[in-house]
Amino acid sequence: MTAEASVLESGAGFSRNGEVGEVLVEVKGLKMHFPITEGIVFNKLVGLVKAVDGVDFHIKRGETLGLVGESGCGKTTTGRCILQLERPTEGEIFFEGVDLTKLDQVALREYRQKIQVIFQDPYSSLNPRMKIGEMIDEPMYVHGIEPDAQKRKQKVSELLNVCGLNPKMADRYPHEMSGGQRQRVGIARALSLRPDFIICDEPVSALDVSIQAQIINLLEDLREEYNLTYLFIAHDLSVVRHLCHRVAVMYLGRIVELADCDELYDNPMHPYTRALLSAVPVPDPEVEQNRDIRIVAGEVPSPINPPSGCVFHPRCPIAVESCSEEVPALRELKPGHWVACTEV
Amino acid sequence: MSALLEIEDLQTYFFTTSGVVKAVNGISYDVQEGETVAIVGESGCGKSVSALSVLGLIPNPPGRIVGGAIRFQGDNLIGLDDLQIRDIRGRQIGMIFQEPMTSLNPVLTIGLQLTETMEHHLGMDRSDAEKKAVEYLRLVGISEPERRIRQYPHHLSGGMRQRVMIAMALCCEPKLIIADEPTTALDVTIQAQILELMKNLTKRLGVALIIITHNLGVVARYADRVNVMYAGKIIERGLAADIYREPRHPYTLGLLSSVPRLDQPRQKRLDPIDGQPPDLTRLGAGCSFLPRCKFAVDRCESEIPPLETVGNGHISACWEKENLEKARG
Repeated sequence: MTAEASVLESGAGFSRNGEVGEVLVEVKGLKMHFPITEGIVFNKLVGLVKAVDGVDFHIKRGETLGLVGESGCGKTTTGRCILQLERPTEGEIFFEGVDLTKLDQVALREYRQKIQVIFQDPYSSLNPRMKIGEMIDEPMYVHGIEPDAQKRKQKVSELLNVCGLNPKMADRYPHEMSGGQRQRVGIARALSLRPDFIICDEPVSALDVSIQAQIINLLEDLREEYNLTYLFIAHDLSVVRHLCHRVAVMYLGRIVELADCDELYDNPMHPYTRALLSAVPVPDPEVEQNRDIRIVAGEVPSPINPPSGCVFHPRCPIAVESCSEEVPALRELKPGHWVACTEV
Repeated sequence: MSALLEIEDLQTYFFTTSGVVKAVNGISYDVQEGETVAIVGESGCGKSVSALSVLGLIPNPPGRIVGGAIRFQGDNLIGLDDLQIRDIRGRQIGMIFQEPMTSLNPVLTIGLQLTETMEHHLGMDRSDAEKKAVEYLRLVGISEPERRIRQYPHHLSGGMRQRVMIAMALCCEPKLIIADEPTTALDVTIQAQILELMKNLTKRLGVALIIITHNLGVVARYADRVNVMYAGKIIERGLAADIYREPRHPYTLGLLSSVPRLDQPRQKRLDPIDGQPPDLTRLGAGCSFLPRCKFAVDRCESEIPPLETVGNGHISACWEKENLEKARG
C-alpha cells in the first residue's frame, strides 16, 4: 500500500460539535488535467494544466475538512470534481462507498441531491430573473422531494427562516438583497434538498467582516442541527481554523500538509504552511510590532509547467538538492499529521 | 508644523435616480509627513470615495464634492481645474489602486507607462526616464527590469503588476501615496511581500501613506494612526495601538470581535455585528449605527453623536463611549 493510500485509513476521530462518524467521502489519487489546445479546425494538444495532480483525502460524517491554499492551487477544482461538475482525468471519488466517477448522469442524480454546494460569489450564483422563493423551490420540485406546491411553499418559508431571512423575502429578486442576504439564500437553496454533504467554496470571502461572522455562525449552527458534513474551501486561514476539524493545505495541485486543525496551526511542519501562517497579519498592533514574518520569495509557478520534484522547492527556504528531483510523498510524522516534505 | 494633507468637513454626494447618496458625509482627518494613516471600514462606507475626492477623480455626474476643504501642503485642492490637479496628481500625490489587472493600460508597455509620468511631470527625456524606470523597477523587486520594461501588463502576474503600480506611484518622488485596497486582490504570501515592500520604501523615502483597507490585520501591522469609517462618517480615530487595545465605538468593538484570530485560542463562537449597513440615501436623524448597536440609548435616535476626545489623540463619535468598557466586563 502506498503512503497516500494509508492516509485514508488514519485520521483522528475526534469531535468538537456533534459526532464524527464513518467515512462519508473518500478521494483517491484525484487528478484533473485540462488540455491546452491550439488551432481552430484541428485542435492540437500543446500542453496540460495540471490543476489537481494526485490528491487523496477522506471526510468523515459530521466532520468539516478545510482545504486551504492560494489561488490556482486546485482547491476549487477538487471541489468541482467531487460534485462531478468536472469529470476527473484520473482517480476515484467515493461517496458512501460508491465511486461517483463511474456513474452516468442518470445514476448521479441521486447523489446530486445528497451533495450540495455553496458558491463564493453571491452575486453571480443566483439567477437574477428568478425570485428567491422560486430558486429555493425549484430543486425540491426537480428532485421530487415534495410534489405538492403548497407544501413546498411552506418549506421555502421554513428554510428562509432557518437561514435567518424573513420568509416574506421569498417574493424578492436577488438584486434587492445585500451580499450577506444573498449568501443566506445560497445556503437555503443548498439545504432545500436535505443534503448530507455540502461543499462550501469560499462562502464568506466576498463578504464584509461583520457579515462574514454572521455567515460563519450560521454554517456552524446548521452543521450541528442537520448533522452536515462540510468540505470548506477557503484561503482565509483564520476562518478555516475557526470552523474546521481537520485541514489540508494545497499547493499547485497537491496536498502538502494534512492534520487536525489545532495540530496544524500549533505545529505546522511544511515550510509552505509555515510561510502561509506567518503571512497573515494579526489584528493587534502590539502583537504585530514584535512579530517577525517569514516572507517566501517569488510567486506560485504555473501549473502548466510545474517545477520538477517538490513543486515548492524554488521558493522553499530549506530546500536541498534532492528536492528538485524527487516528489516527496505524504508521510505521517505524528499520528494524523501528514507532511509532504523530506526535510522536516 | 502644519499637516501634509488636511481634510476638513469633506462632503461628497452622488446624485442618482434613487436619491442623493451621501457617500462621504462630513469627514475630517489629517496626514503628517512620513506618516502611515489607515482608513478602515466595510464596503460602501465611503473610504474609497474619500480618497478619490482628494485626487479629483470623482466622476461628475453623478458625483460631486458639495462641501469642505482638502488642503495639501496648505493649498486647497477643491476648485482647481483639471490641468492644475493633474500637476499634483501623480507628481505630488501618487496612487495605488486595488485591481492591478485593470489599473494598468493593457496596450502600452510597462516601460512606456512608467516613463510617461516622468516625462510629463519631471520634464525628463525618454532615455533618462527609461534609466530611472529601470532603477525603480529594481527597487520594487522586479527581476530583469531591462527586459520587463518592454513587456505588457498581461505578461506579468498580479503581484508583479502591483509592484509596477508601486514603482509608478514612487517614480515622481511624491510626498504622499494613496493606496486603495492595495493587496485585496492578492494571495496572502504575495500580500505580505507587497506590504513589507511598501512599508520599507515609504519609510526609506519619507513618503506619507494613506492605506485604505477592510483588513484589520493589515492595519494593525502597518498603520500609525487609524480612522474608522461607517456610513460616510469617521466614527473613531486614534493611534493604532489605542484603537485596538481600547476601542471606544461599538462598531470598532464589533469589528474587532467578529474576526477569528490566529494568535488566540479558538473561540467557541464568533460575535458578529447583527444586521447590515444602512442605505445611504435614507439616513435617519440619529446615529447611523443605531440599528445594529448593542449599547444604544434613547438619545441615539434623535441626535448624531459628535466626535469627542476620549484619550490622547483618540476620538470617538458615540454617546455611550464612556460606558463601553463597563459593558464589555
